[in-house]
Amino acid sequence: MATLTITNLQVSVEDKPILKGVNLEIKEGEIHALMGPNGSGKSTLAYALAGHPKYEITGGTIEIDGTNVTELDANERARLGMFLAFQYPVTIPGVRVADFLRHAVTNRRDPERKEGENLMPMREFRKELKERMAELGMDTEFARRYLNDGFSGGEKKRMEILQMAMLQPKFAILDETDSGLDSDAVKVVSEGVNRLSGPEMGVLIITHHERLLEFNKPQFTHVMLAGKIVETGDAGLAAELHANGYATIRERHPEAAAEQSSEQEESLASV
Amino acid sequence: MSTETPSKTDPSLGDYQYGFHDSTDNYVFKSRKGLDEEIVRQISGIKNEPQWMLDFRLNALEIFFSRPSPQWGADVDQIDFQDIYYYMKASDKQEKSWDDVPEDIRKTYDRLGIPEAEKQYLAGVKAQYDSEVVYGSLQEDLEKQGVLFTDTDSALREYPEIFREYFGTIIPSADNKFAALNSAVWSGGSFIYVPPGVHIDFPLQAYFRINSENMGQFERTLIIVDEGASAHYVEGCTAPSWTEESLHSAVVEIVVKRGGRFRYTTIQNWANNVYNLVTKRAMAYGDSLMEWVDGNLGSKITMKYPAIYLMEPGARGETLSIAFANNGQHQDAGAKMVHCAPNTSSRVVSKSISKGGGRAGYRGLAKVVKGAHNCKSSVVCDALILDPESRSDTYPYIEVEEDDVTMEHEASVSKIAEEQLFYLMSRGLTEAEASAMIVTGFIEPLVKELPMEYAVEMNKLIELQMEGSVG
Repeated sequence: MATLTITNLQVSVEDKPILKGVNLEIKEGEIHALMGPNGSGKSTLAYALAGHPKYEITGGTIEIDGTNVTELDANERARLGMFLAFQYPVTIPGVRVADFLRHAVTNRRDPERKEGENLMPMREFRKELKERMAELGMDTEFARRYLNDGFSGGEKKRMEILQMAMLQPKFAILDETDSGLDSDAVKVVSEGVNRLSGPEMGVLIITHHERLLEFNKPQFTHVMLAGKIVETGDAGLAAELHANGYATIRERHPEAAAEQSSEQEESLASV
Repeated sequence: MSTETPSKTDPSLGDYQYGFHDSTDNYVFKSRKGLDEEIVRQISGIKNEPQWMLDFRLNALEIFFSRPSPQWGADVDQIDFQDIYYYMKASDKQEKSWDDVPEDIRKTYDRLGIPEAEKQYLAGVKAQYDSEVVYGSLQEDLEKQGVLFTDTDSALREYPEIFREYFGTIIPSADNKFAALNSAVWSGGSFIYVPPGVHIDFPLQAYFRINSENMGQFERTLIIVDEGASAHYVEGCTAPSWTEESLHSAVVEIVVKRGGRFRYTTIQNWANNVYNLVTKRAMAYGDSLMEWVDGNLGSKITMKYPAIYLMEPGARGETLSIAFANNGQHQDAGAKMVHCAPNTSSRVVSKSISKGGGRAGYRGLAKVVKGAHNCKSSVVCDALILDPESRSDTYPYIEVEEDDVTMEHEASVSKIAEEQLFYLMSRGLTEAEASAMIVTGFIEPLVKELPMEYAVEMNKLIELQMEGSVG
């Protein structure tokens, strides 16, 4: 069974330490929720896992199935099965969704593919893309549009899920995929996640809201504070946090809470 | 850089290697380097030209010698005009061995999916590319409709009246130093006449003709689209054209008469030792539409500013231009729109990309003469700079002598955003693939105007330019 293993991960952004030793293990078929107040390091973890060059790993390791990917580029990690659904998907003008996806899917399915080598057959790709779009209730016209160009917030999030469905990652990180969506859209997204998250994919859902977790019930809930996971529980912990906020968590972890609030003041002062 | 053919590599050719050896011993016409009256007389003599053409050439030669090289734009002072062959007979051109064609060039042809016969022609292995079998029937159709389509040398012999009526009238020899040079030594090029009301609904392409001179150094193209007629001409090819000669100076003259429509598409990808100095001008008459679609890759220096003179009310002009400057290249490209009559409109869209220390610029003129009321002109130029070593410049010149004119000029310069790269890479694209995709997206609005097969080739070519060069 494939496993994503994060060991004592430390990450700095522009020399400022953000993650201070994160430990987490996700197996295929599991759903994990990651919660925590703003600025606790949730998105930093997401970017660091995906391999953003600005997020410098200063210590610890990330392993996929025992392969150390800590030093690998984003595209190499993607080919090994890592996927990040962006909180703010990026617009690429002039690049059609279908052209981009055919390229990406080919690389994912043939990780040894060299630049310029053949892409997967058009007919096969189109058929698959059409099916996935239908499942997500997307008009096939989206395949011809420029990637995220002029998309509404909801359309962008759906496009992220479509990419996930086509790339079939082993591990997917959903970074606030439910934010800014109305409840119908959340339902479509979570149905999409459910369809994929079977035994083949492990999911890490980063969220402030309850709705996505209602549909995609996590086996594990992790709470982050000041760049560390301070508590891990089951779906009940997520429900508790939604009901009571982070006050009780802060009470149980006064040191991390103090660190978190001083960092926030610092970052506010620097704005 | 390939090391397989070191002995054939001329250091002046830079990154590309195609220093083909060409024995000149077998030539009937003993061409020699250099430019003088004797060479011009020889060229004219060998072609059996009428006296008026010889006089035209000699007059142009005098103008060429009397003019200094332009001191604006790109640096052309390095050209040694006496160290160049000005004429070689096509039939005497030595066929080279396919084995002499460097590996990376062959690879490029393969990647572009160029048919075998065309490959050999492009690489100079075959002096002639026999397309008659494939295109013969189309050629016949055109003839039935009265369309004249031939190389310019044949046109001078076969259609002397119409040829003389227009030749040199749109771009006189005295227009600029390089137009004068072309006028003195021109050879080959395309001649097209489309009779009134005839619509040609497929692109006319240079490789219709079996004549090899269409890719010559000093080709001269003359196209007349008569009243209410329409056509689209495609010149060149996205596949790199390999030549030993380092100066390409063409002249393209076009007339679009009342109510006519014409589009001229060029995609050129010169070897990076080539000075590409081209004068292109069209005259568009009442209610006509003239369009230039101009893609420039490769070369050492390109100076090219396709012009449209809007001669009568209702004439419209449009230029779409793409320039890609890589290491050691300077693309000084642009457009000229001259509004000579009221109620005329023009639009220019220019996209330039510079990479690896290359320099790409837009130089354009929008001019409205006295009396040309109620004209509209719009210029949009976007530049994409791929690394800190590269450079982009914009020189818009505006000369307006009327008040009731709508003029718009927009320019933008951008870099590939780190967030765009990361987004694509996080989906499994390498940095080179991601950059290539962003670049093709940048020029997409223009590429989609190209005929399908050219658009595909263009995108593949951008991919090749981006490969192995980042990260």
